[in-house]
Amino acid sequence: MINASLTQLASALAAKQISSVELTQLFLDRITQHNPSLNAIVSTQPERTLAEARAADARIAAGEAGPLTGIPLAHKDIFCAEGWASTCGSKMLADFVAPYDAHIVTRLKQAGMVTLGRCNMDEFAMGSSNETSHFGAVRNPWNTQCVPGGSSGGSAAAVAARLTPAATGTDTGGSIRQPAALCGLTGIKPTYGVVSRYGMIAYASSLDQGGPMAKSAEDCAMMLNAMAGFDERDSTSLQRPAEDYCAQLQQPLKGLRVGLPKEFFAEGMDADVRACVDTALAQLRELGATTVEVSLPNSGLSVPAYYVIAPAEASSNLSRFDGVRYGYRAPEYSDLNDLYCKSRAQGFGAEVKRRILMGTYVLSHGYYDAYYLKAQKIRRLIARDFANAFEQCDVIAGPTSPSVAFALGEKSADPVQMYLSDIYTISTNLAGLPGMSVPCGFSPSGLPVGLQLIGPWFAEARLLQCGHQYQLATDWHTRQPEAFAG
Amino acid sequence: MSRADWEVVIGIETHAQLKTASKIFSGASTAFGAEPNTQACAVDVALPGVLPVLNKEAVAHAIRFGLAVGAEVAPRSVFARKNYFYPDLPKGYQISQFELPVVSGGGLTIVTSAGSKNVRLTRAHLEEDAGKSIHELDNSLALSHGRSGIDLNRAGTPLLEIVSEPDMRSAEEAVAYAKALHALVTWIDICDGNMQEGSFRCDANVSVRRKGESKLGTRREIKNLNSFRFLQQAIEYEIDWQIEQIEDGHAIVQATVLFDPDSGETRMMRSKEDAHDYRYFPDPDLLPLVIDADWIGKVKADMPELPAAMQQRFQSDWGLSEYDAVTLTASLDTARYFIDAGNLSKGEYKAAANWINGEIAALLNKRQININDPEVPSPEELAMVISRIKDGTISNAGAKKLFQALCDKRRLELESFAKQLTTASVQQIIDDMISASDLRQMNDSGALEAIIDEVLANNAKSVEEFRSGKDKAFNALVGQIMKASKGKANPQQVNDLLRAKLSS
Amino acid sequence: MSLSLDDVAKIARLARLELTDAEAAQTLGQLNNIFGLIEQMQAVNTDGVEPMSHAVDVAQRLREDRVTETNQREAFQSVAPEAEGGLYLVPRVIE
Repeated sequence: MINASLTQLASALAAKQISSVELTQLFLDRITQHNPSLNAIVSTQPERTLAEARAADARIAAGEAGPLTGIPLAHKDIFCAEGWASTCGSKMLADFVAPYDAHIVTRLKQAGMVTLGRCNMDEFAMGSSNETSHFGAVRNPWNTQCVPGGSSGGSAAAVAARLTPAATGTDTGGSIRQPAALCGLTGIKPTYGVVSRYGMIAYASSLDQGGPMAKSAEDCAMMLNAMAGFDERDSTSLQRPAEDYCAQLQQPLKGLRVGLPKEFFAEGMDADVRACVDTALAQLRELGATTVEVSLPNSGLSVPAYYVIAPAEASSNLSRFDGVRYGYRAPEYSDLNDLYCKSRAQGFGAEVKRRILMGTYVLSHGYYDAYYLKAQKIRRLIARDFANAFEQCDVIAGPTSPSVAFALGEKSADPVQMYLSDIYTISTNLAGLPGMSVPCGFSPSGLPVGLQLIGPWFAEARLLQCGHQYQLATDWHTRQPEAFAG
Repeated sequence: MSRADWEVVIGIETHAQLKTASKIFSGASTAFGAEPNTQACAVDVALPGVLPVLNKEAVAHAIRFGLAVGAEVAPRSVFARKNYFYPDLPKGYQISQFELPVVSGGGLTIVTSAGSKNVRLTRAHLEEDAGKSIHELDNSLALSHGRSGIDLNRAGTPLLEIVSEPDMRSAEEAVAYAKALHALVTWIDICDGNMQEGSFRCDANVSVRRKGESKLGTRREIKNLNSFRFLQQAIEYEIDWQIEQIEDGHAIVQATVLFDPDSGETRMMRSKEDAHDYRYFPDPDLLPLVIDADWIGKVKADMPELPAAMQQRFQSDWGLSEYDAVTLTASLDTARYFIDAGNLSKGEYKAAANWINGEIAALLNKRQININDPEVPSPEELAMVISRIKDGTISNAGAKKLFQALCDKRRLELESFAKQLTTASVQQIIDDMISASDLRQMNDSGALEAIIDEVLANNAKSVEEFRSGKDKAFNALVGQIMKASKGKANPQQVNDLLRAKLSS
Repeated sequence: MSLSLDDVAKIARLARLELTDAEAAQTLGQLNNIFGLIEQMQAVNTDGVEPMSHAVDVAQRLREDRVTETNQREAFQSVAPEAEGGLYLVPRVIE
């Protein structure tokens, strides 16, 4: 049951082979058993969770169930949920019980999904290793000496270790796709504006996008069906006709043109990763796809541009955490200014402070044009590169991450090295495009490798089709870390 | 040197709260005076994860203003974040407009003792208001122990910040500008203009330079002036202070100052050295505001006739003086009242103007009410009073009594909540009141002649004096006749008949 | 270009973050490394390129002017560090 797909779980629930309460209890027990060695889940409320499961069982009994009703999930701790501490991995919000639900929390509740708990994450989603969390680092279920990736590292580790069938994540520069890759999962970052950001604690507003993390593309498609859609409370939420992301899954890949950016395959990718990605591309060709070389000439500038734009927006987004209306307040201070400076210095961790300072600097008087404006122009060039490339292909493929999971502590002292681990994912966020990571093999050390698929705007269904067809032909996505099999 | 050797340069920034039901970026109410923080929703409190959505009506108001001042309404404008920390600013930034404002250019005509002049506008942009810091409160232990309280009800109220060019040269001009702007924003109904409640607040940038100097002096900005009187006092004080400083050999340092109404002085809030670095950048949560020609056309079609056009019309069509035209267009309500009363009295515009600037102005002043108050006789009633003077039914003196009686009747009905339902027309009601108060003029010349004969018989001495050339005696006789008629005789008729009798 | 300790102090002040001298020195080194990476942008000619603030090229949607929110003061202030009589409290604000 712990390895079952969402479709299988839905069938079992519908056939009354198992109740939602039993299923939920099974995963709650696994969290109790395995979470201490992973630190993937930061909070649970079994009473509340089981009450939701009972309500789901009642819906099923009444014949009012949808495809996800009664299936448990875990939320990244970035989504505000009424009655849950919504901490964003920060001491600043350690005691913040949200008084309202994020849009996607509401949507998944309406779908009848049962919340198992809250997933650990890099503080305010700033990190690529899940080591910046106030609640401690998350460990990778494939090797607990390694990082799970970040910032949705808790979500990734929890799904990989089968502590939950699926989880929500957010992706500002790769935070769904990179941990999905490092933990052997499937995760999709939708087109900017497809999933409402309302109630998702902002890191970089023009880049942030929520999405599902699960074992397979099919599971992600089912989740996305519930998560996507217009929300009038988010000005950047797009008004589009509702889409069934499962509709296209069964279509074969024949005729699909896969673009391979020469810049992604030039250098910087570990040989282990390269080998798996090449094999995956061969597999796609076997499935009827054709590959074509494309160019994204400015993609090398995506990391520099991102580390101007994202911190700039973050420095402003995080100003609301001032110790006045909610969140951490320093116990001692001399006056108002001191209250601000101490509360923020004590409430935020090192990486968050570093990005706030960077962002403050690039926006400050005399530097705006040289940094912020320049980065916005480069962002335009990067978006144009993709538009040009998509004239020659339907999807772009490449690695998700230049390496497999690295050791805990390996990069935490060197921010630049850490930042470069998102080199293949960041450009997608800058351009607002959908991107997905699917498992495509393992390194000799037994760590998963992810294949990244990028589409033009609103091509989620195509990416999911591509992932699903690949997963029909491969079994990487069904592999499970042995230590957490029992 | 005297003040006459100096030239004063003033520019004004005005924050006008826009009249909307809900806030600029949230669905919370903008109503004034609610219990603290009861109208501060998740967006206004800036809870983690909340997002702004722009209020359409606030934009429509900005367009309306742009059209009213002949400015350009931007087809595309951008919201930016102005970053600074303050407890009444919950997000740590104010959403405003910076590089691309919604309204650019335009101007406003002001009238002072020196005549009229045009003040150019730089821009007008949309932004959100901040909350309020409260330092004193009855019964609050905390506030008396060195705390300030924060009320976010006002946070997110839509503002239009209207920036003038530095075109004003005296406190008088600055006040005339502020008054003209105040009249305009209330006229086009985008702002309630309530200065006590902070709906219309001015900042004045003041500098001085020696006459003939081409370079502008260093300016100081006086913040948050919420009455025309304070605006006047603060600028006058600031001008004297700056001239004195320079004449004493001190340079003016750019600064932001506050006006203390108690002392009548300005004092420094912060100097340029600790000026903020606001780190403006486009707000990623809000997309560009696009306004198409269609929308502008709709707003234009809905625009009332503006005061300047109306003043012209009053003078050219109805022969009013400039003074009357200006006073009658001080507010749209006054202008509408005037036009209604003039039309209903079949063209007695001059008489209507005199009544409004006379009896009605006195009533409004005495009772501290506005012209729409239910205590004020309606335009229809005023028109009927004017018509009854015109047709000779009542005298001017009688009309004043009748007007007073109308006011009394309205107050009585308001106080007793006993407005009687009646199907009687205004004409019937007024004619009944004329009869009941015995105000009808005596237009029967036979009865009047009898009274005159009696008065002449009883005042032989006065008759003798008149005939010997003392004109004053004539007036005494008129007075006696009016008295004998209990004030109901038509004075003109008395004059004519008396003169005829005395000369016969 | 590189930042100085004064720059770090200035931006920390703007960002309302208290930094010890040791933190400031460490931050300075890290920021200079990061800006070394960021400086790569300057090599690209971006003359005439329109800056891109949003991932999608869409106009702002407008909300009808309706009051949709009700009083939630109690719920919101239940998570406040210090509140009394409906007000959030802070050390005395001096203007």
